[in-house]
Amino acid sequence: MKNWLKWLSVVLLVYTCTAGLLMDVPRLSIVNETVRALYFHVPMWFGMVFLFLTSTVYAIRYLRSSDATHDIRSVEFANVGIIYGILGILTGMVWANYTWGSPWHGDPKQNGAAVALLVYLAYFVLRGSLSSEEQRARLGAVYNIFAFAAMIPLIFILPRLSSSVHPGSGGNPGFNMYDLDGRMRLVFYPAVIGWILVGYWIAQLRIRLRNLADNQPNNSNQ
Amino acid sequence: MKNLLSLTGWLFLTSTALAQTSEPEMADAMRSEGKIYVLVAIILIILGGLFVYLFTLDRKIGQLENNQEKKA
Repeated sequence: MKNWLKWLSVVLLVYTCTAGLLMDVPRLSIVNETVRALYFHVPMWFGMVFLFLTSTVYAIRYLRSSDATHDIRSVEFANVGIIYGILGILTGMVWANYTWGSPWHGDPKQNGAAVALLVYLAYFVLRGSLSSEEQRARLGAVYNIFAFAAMIPLIFILPRLSSSVHPGSGGNPGFNMYDLDGRMRLVFYPAVIGWILVGYWIAQLRIRLRNLADNQPNNSNQ
Repeated sequence: MKNLLSLTGWLFLTSTALAQTSEPEMADAMRSEGKIYVLVAIILIILGGLFVYLFTLDRKIGQLENNQEKKA
């Protein structure tokens, strides 16, 4: 990862945390001041989708080439994606407790996100249950593609088909009133890019560490 | 006449007061007291610490990679 990208993530997130708290936001009932959570909660999901998408791309590349480095990349991107998803669920629960009245509201979007995370957790269970390295990589890659294909309808399509209290669901694409507000976009988009860059950075660190460990001369895994 | 004036004055006052309460409540008091800067400072310190940690981790992994290349 290029050094300037790392510094860009620093600049963007320092800006997000400062402007996100200080700049004007629309005065809305129910959410009130917590509308600012949009700057922190939603980028987790954008980051997760980016990381899972990258993971799937590497899974496809592994299946085409049988190159083990692609498999390592695929796993580590999925790893960081799970972390982002868990942070998204937890921040969403805090926000839901305030605006909807309970942390788990049974909202289609909330349930869908939880099921999507479980589907991805099963990916690690599947990998852990196989001892043959090649089998683990091949089956893992195939399952990874399935997991991504399952996540998209669970998070983006099914909540829109039923009634959902979550913004951007229940027949309303986009963020409606939030997205229309130009002031919020000024902070929201930098936040999304910043968190995606940090996720990419952490994944790169994990990949480099894995490569180092695998290249050790007295490696018991090989 | 005096009564009518005071009545309209009272109506005007209450209507502005009502208009204020019907507007969604925001943390305006916290902002005017400047306490929001305390929050900004705390969050920036945590974020800064996290980035310093990431940069040192990055450098350490880089050093390990260099060592391995030398051995190979």
